[in-house]
Amino acid sequence: MLRDELDELKRKFINELKQISDSEALEALRIKYMGKKGLVTLLLKGMGDLPPEERPAAGQAVNGLKEELAALLDNEERRIKAAERQRRLEAETIDVTMPGKRPVIGKRHPLSIVRRQIEDIFIGMGFEIADGPEVEYDYYNFEALNIPKDHPSRDLQDTFYITDNIVLRTQTSPVQIRVMESHKPPIRIIAPGRVYRSDEVDATHSPIFHQMEGLVVDHGITMGDLKGVLDVFAKALYGEDTRTKFRPHYFPFTEPSAEVDVTCAWCHGQGCRICGYSGWIEVLGAGMVHPNVLRTVGINPDEYSGFAFGLGLDRLTMLKYGIDDMRLLFENDYRFLKQF
Amino acid sequence: MKVPLSWLKDFVDIDVSLEDFVDRMTMSGSKVETVEQIGGEINNVVVGRIIERRKHPNADRLQVCQVDIGNSIVQIVTAADNIETGDYIPVALHGADLVGGIKIKRGKLRGEVSEGMMCSGKELGLTEEDYPGAETYGILILDKPYELGADIKKVLGLEETVVDFEITPNRPDCLSIMGIGREAAATFKKPFNALDPVVKEGSEMVETAASITVECPQLCPRYAARIITNVKIGPSPKWMRDRLKAAGIRPINNVVDITNYVMLECGQPMHAFDLNRLEQHKIVVRTAHDGELFETLDGVQRRLDSDMLVITDGMNPVAVAGVMGGANSEISDDTCTVLLESANFNKVSVRNTSRKLGLRTEASSRFEKGLDPELVMLALNRAAELFNMLEAGTPMQGVIDVYSVKPEQRVIQTDAASINALLGTAIAADEMKAMLIPLGFEVGCNDSRMSVKVPSFRQDVVEMADLAEEVARFYGYDRIKPTLMKSGISVGRRNVKQQLMEYIKDVLTACGLYEVNTYSFTGYRQLKQAGIKMDESFKPVTIKNALGEDQSLMRPTLIPSMLEVLVRNINRGVDSFGVFETAPVFLANELPLITLPQQPMRLAIGLYGNTDFFTLKGIIETILEALAIKGIYFSPVQCDGFHPGRTAEVGFGTAVAGVMGEVHPDVLDNFDVEKRIYIAELDLDTLLDNGTLDRTYVALPKFPAVQRDIAITVPKHALARDIENVIKKSGGKLIEDVKLFDVYEGSQIPEGYKSVAYSIIYRASDRTLTDQEVDKLQERIIKALGEQIGAQLRG
Repeated sequence: MLRDELDELKRKFINELKQISDSEALEALRIKYMGKKGLVTLLLKGMGDLPPEERPAAGQAVNGLKEELAALLDNEERRIKAAERQRRLEAETIDVTMPGKRPVIGKRHPLSIVRRQIEDIFIGMGFEIADGPEVEYDYYNFEALNIPKDHPSRDLQDTFYITDNIVLRTQTSPVQIRVMESHKPPIRIIAPGRVYRSDEVDATHSPIFHQMEGLVVDHGITMGDLKGVLDVFAKALYGEDTRTKFRPHYFPFTEPSAEVDVTCAWCHGQGCRICGYSGWIEVLGAGMVHPNVLRTVGINPDEYSGFAFGLGLDRLTMLKYGIDDMRLLFENDYRFLKQF
Repeated sequence: MKVPLSWLKDFVDIDVSLEDFVDRMTMSGSKVETVEQIGGEINNVVVGRIIERRKHPNADRLQVCQVDIGNSIVQIVTAADNIETGDYIPVALHGADLVGGIKIKRGKLRGEVSEGMMCSGKELGLTEEDYPGAETYGILILDKPYELGADIKKVLGLEETVVDFEITPNRPDCLSIMGIGREAAATFKKPFNALDPVVKEGSEMVETAASITVECPQLCPRYAARIITNVKIGPSPKWMRDRLKAAGIRPINNVVDITNYVMLECGQPMHAFDLNRLEQHKIVVRTAHDGELFETLDGVQRRLDSDMLVITDGMNPVAVAGVMGGANSEISDDTCTVLLESANFNKVSVRNTSRKLGLRTEASSRFEKGLDPELVMLALNRAAELFNMLEAGTPMQGVIDVYSVKPEQRVIQTDAASINALLGTAIAADEMKAMLIPLGFEVGCNDSRMSVKVPSFRQDVVEMADLAEEVARFYGYDRIKPTLMKSGISVGRRNVKQQLMEYIKDVLTACGLYEVNTYSFTGYRQLKQAGIKMDESFKPVTIKNALGEDQSLMRPTLIPSMLEVLVRNINRGVDSFGVFETAPVFLANELPLITLPQQPMRLAIGLYGNTDFFTLKGIIETILEALAIKGIYFSPVQCDGFHPGRTAEVGFGTAVAGVMGEVHPDVLDNFDVEKRIYIAELDLDTLLDNGTLDRTYVALPKFPAVQRDIAITVPKHALARDIENVIKKSGGKLIEDVKLFDVYEGSQIPEGYKSVAYSIIYRASDRTLTDQEVDKLQERIIKALGEQIGAQLRG
């Protein structure tokens, strides 16, 4: 009887299926039963030998078996695949605590990082960036800044001379003059750059260091504006809880002049080693542009006013990162540079 | 300016804490640098009186004393033998500190308890001049019955607070106790006790003893003198010596001390001449003769010139005006008549003279800032008063005063509104007036108009802005409200060049390079070491007053600094490193320099370790691509300090951008390193001028590409660039890309030849290419390579 034959075939299939544990054997089983010359296929092909009236029922029965076996095969295939995937995942388990493979990337110099940060703060307040030559005329570095040849404050800045009239700029302030000569107010610039003073090298001195100048000239600029702008700057650089303190001081090219302290970023004003236990750190000099300076560049001080400031980039960088020796900024040791 | 507080209190009553004093003086513009407590190291030493004295039972040379220290009686054992019962003596109690870090503790001496120690003068830091008997052997016996138990520092005046102020060059008036006193009075709103010297003069007229002639009044606007007779040279009293020492000046004798005391007190330098050593008993102020020799007080022979002002006795110089006196008229122990000089000298003249002679003194550093001629008489009279007070001599009657050039009275016309507009404040005119008056200004107010008379000692105050600072200082910088500029919005941004610069640096760091920062100085040694030849065309920018030979030039190239950085890291054991620097170099147009040197920006790149020529080349290609610069070329070139076979000129179009290559082994030898180093130096301005951040989108290809590889043998010296050019030219516009993927020399390749292999990518934008089309192009390329390069297809 066909029915018995089918049952027997199914029983054999299930027995064989039970033995199988990998997808290759499963495929072989599929071919044995369902392939072109498979046992089930042969049965279907044998239909032609049956009397026509039996064919529909027999066909239905064989097809039923075929579907049943196919379903069992698919089911088993999913199970085996899952098991195989599981084995692979287990085999592929790695020690995630082993070291990572790092791409080689370079870093900006810490001075450059801090300069860019500060530039961005001032750009946010509508400043543009100006520059000027490092080898500069005495006129721009001193005279136009209200520091005539015999001025005692020249003694405070040990100047390197190339000729009697050409110096290594001792400050970024000459950029103020160059900008005011070539631009009409309103002016709002910063000018970062290298400056030179004849200091011997030690942990806090270098004959070459970096400043950033700021200059604003317009109608109605006040000392309040100077305080406001520097306040925004200090908070942006060192955090919202930073306070500034303006102390009277003297610079030949500003009047009134001020030295500006900010609360120490390390101790938040509590007093620590970095700030000499004062809670304050002197970071810049500033003031209202001296009327003589405005007159020198042909700007009428009765009509315009302005403020200027100069900050020490090396010092700000050292404070920001807690660097205790200025020489490191010029040594370019890989072990130093990779830290930023 | 060191200010002993006890001295300052002569001018103003200070009743705030030291901390407040320091803070508020700083905030009103007199910045405190340091505060020093003199006598601070002595502690727990009190006045005692010996009430009983007996021999030590177990030691012949010791005595056991009962000492009354006010609230108790203590037993002290001593080895001193100059004491008597009833003596008042200093007692260091248990836990006391003495000069030199000595600590005193309670103890037993041969079985007898000693609660401390009686002190000698030396142990309290006293000299014989400070306190008679101080240097006598044994215990310091006090001269009076002081209060028992009182702190010895107070009793002996060992205690002083010295505040050191930073005085800016615009305020020579504050180089004096009096000037600081005036600032303090204004700061704390206290009355200022001005000096008002009263001089008891002798009967003889000063004119009978000496005369004064000023030959160059422009350099010496005022010269005044008094003559002191019956001078008795000796030490000045302790209070004066204490004040001088506290202010940082060494006491010498009463005459010199008086001149120094007045200088510190009033800010007017003075000089004392021994009148009998002035040849003609007269003073002639003139310029020196060129080459005139003169021995200053410090014993140094000085060669003078005709720009220098000297004080002479009619014959010879006796002082360099405002700088230093001469050995020839110095006060000595047998001086009996003194000519006291109080003069005003031109600040520029004093400054130049002092600089030329390399001689800076307390006097010159005051004169060169510009002193008030009105100060001359006050100082002279104060000195005379001190001669009276110290009984050091008798001032003759009258003063010789040659006052040739009087300063003009300066009056500033302004108004409160202008000052407020500059400060961003709303201070009433009356309030401003109240701030200015204590500083010595005379202020007339008419509504908001102000007419301000500037005192002669404030030569720094010239116009409204200067007055604004005075107002701001005493209004309080901290009370000015922070605001932001009211003017319209302005566009803050980096310009295109600045953006490109930042982008280049970001690209370079992404390439694995570290940014470095090196000195702009170099020297002949370093240039030579880097293999740079310095022929006639070498025009160095030389620093006149350089720190040293190796830092004497402004660098004409970044390469020596780059080598230094790389070698330093090699020597510190860093295996592989890549760095870059952007900085200007300095190129003179002419020598000697008349105009500024050219200061073009350069980009230097340096590599060593796990790298080679083509890594450096690839980095440069990456930068140029980032700048969207087209038509880049690299051609072999010879360059100082570079390997002759491994160096290329970098350029694009007709522009030369710089040089790159391997460092010459001779240069590496100079540095004693073995690792190969690769360096490029590019002209940054050229790159920035030709670069752009603009981009135009190109549609992604719709049709597939066809890749064909060819391997050919070519003569050994054929350049890859030429081969590529032939391929591109003969292959036409369907070639999308040509890539060299293999170069081989050796067996199977004939001598003098090499094998190179290229991948050629073809693509049409409008259709899929057929094999036949590509085959035809390949044939054409191979034919052209054969004809133009001598290439043969490898089997």
